[in-house]
Amino acid sequence: MNDIFSNPVLARALPEAIMETLQMVGISAFFTVLIGLPLGVFLHVTAPGGLRPMPVTNRILSDVIVNITRSIPFAILMVALIPLARALTGTSLGPIAASVSLSIGTIPFFARLVESCLRDVHHGKIDAAQVMGSTNMQVISKVMLRESLPALVAAATTTVVTLVGYSAMAGLVGGGGLGKLAYNYGFQRFDVTVMIVTIVLIVVLVQVIQLVGERISRGLDHR
Amino acid sequence: MITVTDLRKVYRQGKMEVVALDGVTLSVPKGSIHGIIGHSGAGKSTLVRCLTLLDRPTSGSVSIDGTELSSVRDSEIRAARRRIGMVFQHANLMDSRTAAGNVAHPLELVKTPKDKIRTRVAELLKLVGLEGFENAYPSQLSGGQRQRVGIARALASDPEVLLCDEPTSALDPATTEEILDLIQDLTRRLQLTVLIITHEMNVVKRVCDSVSLLSRGRIIEHGALQEVAGELDSKLARALLPLPPSEPLHGALQRGPVLEILFSGESAKEPVLTGVARHFDMDLNVLAGSVETLGGQQFGHLRVQLAENADFDAVLHYLHERGISAKRVAADAAAAEEGAN
Repeated sequence: MNDIFSNPVLARALPEAIMETLQMVGISAFFTVLIGLPLGVFLHVTAPGGLRPMPVTNRILSDVIVNITRSIPFAILMVALIPLARALTGTSLGPIAASVSLSIGTIPFFARLVESCLRDVHHGKIDAAQVMGSTNMQVISKVMLRESLPALVAAATTTVVTLVGYSAMAGLVGGGGLGKLAYNYGFQRFDVTVMIVTIVLIVVLVQVIQLVGERISRGLDHR
Repeated sequence: MITVTDLRKVYRQGKMEVVALDGVTLSVPKGSIHGIIGHSGAGKSTLVRCLTLLDRPTSGSVSIDGTELSSVRDSEIRAARRRIGMVFQHANLMDSRTAAGNVAHPLELVKTPKDKIRTRVAELLKLVGLEGFENAYPSQLSGGQRQRVGIARALASDPEVLLCDEPTSALDPATTEEILDLIQDLTRRLQLTVLIITHEMNVVKRVCDSVSLLSRGRIIEHGALQEVAGELDSKLARALLPLPPSEPLHGALQRGPVLEILFSGESAKEPVLTGVARHFDMDLNVLAGSVETLGGQQFGHLRVQLAENADFDAVLHYLHERGISAKRVAADAAAAEEGAN
């Protein structure tokens, strides 16, 4: 036990690594929801039989962009996106640069989850809203998003948990954070203590995210 | 007053054309309740979707108090929809909203001021007998209470027409009675025009002033409840006054002629059967019968076995003279009945 507190690596590098991980996860979660939510709504609404069917646009977005992005393994996507990260943030190193590829990797994933949450809203509710004279925007905001809010929070939770995993991978190619710490010290120097501590921290982080997400989701659910 | 004229709806399924509505015409006066009854697949759902403008009819028109609805431009369609309040089979309430929130929903859509919404919602919940349930979520309400919220919501935008799509099909018998009473009461008090689409004859018997029978996209019978129930040959009369299962007809026919009799109104109060027995000095045997009060009028539907040697035509004449419809049940009817069973 003494080992943990006296370990120079942990004392020096751990706080910074935690901060970097939180930064990466926080920034990319923000952008994933900001872009993924409208994208998911758009995919759902423009689908055949949707509120405003747009078959061609829907096909392009759904098949080409979302499916292609999702079929590239994240480790490869991340490396491929380094030039884009540099163009956007001026650097290819550090948590902020890594957030670019993290966001792009998870936006399609989250958009698909949003789409499926919206699909689960009972069609009768949408009929009811239309019959009472709702505009399409009012149907989206007052029925689709409102009624699927508990499911959307659960989807966001799953996405953030995925981001924690991806962020560890991003650490290997310059993103920093707990992933880098585990790799540099735990793998390359065989420092078992560092390895175990980072694993425990990541597990705790995931547990906390999951717990908070479930609490919020349940609090919003009146079914 | 709602008037539907020659409404047609044709769907395309690949190269096939499916005629869902084939020239539906009906008219319901203000303050009355009209039932539309039909089996599944008869076109009830399509009719609802055309009346609420969720689907555009292929041709024909729907108008409320003389204002044409079916041809309004897309920009006016939402205002037109607000003239029809709709009650759904499963209420279709928003789970994330309280009872008050659900009733407020249509009012929010047109940016009604908050304080006005509050007073209107309280008024509507009182109207449907749900005072004190403002803050309850749909999951905390019973099926009947949910339907009451649905009715209050449908009335929020002050519609002239209330369209009820199977409003009681998901409710137990006691709750069905309550909801039908409420609909009837509201119709009279608010002078609504009400259309109830249903497959339950009981709903028609209980509250409707007039009824249409929809079959394969056409209205094949229609009229005031008392009229259609008084016609021995109409399908609606048979559905309104069904005979309970009894001895198979062909067995009865072997013993002597069988007569089907329909009394209505005043004639239902007279002792006709004993009259026949006395007049012709013969015994009668009632095989099956049903007696109902429909639209405030008494109706009776009987199947009677006459003596083997009875003068059938004389009996028919006797009954017709007294304003009672009656007809002989023929052997082929017996075969048809057996086929149906």
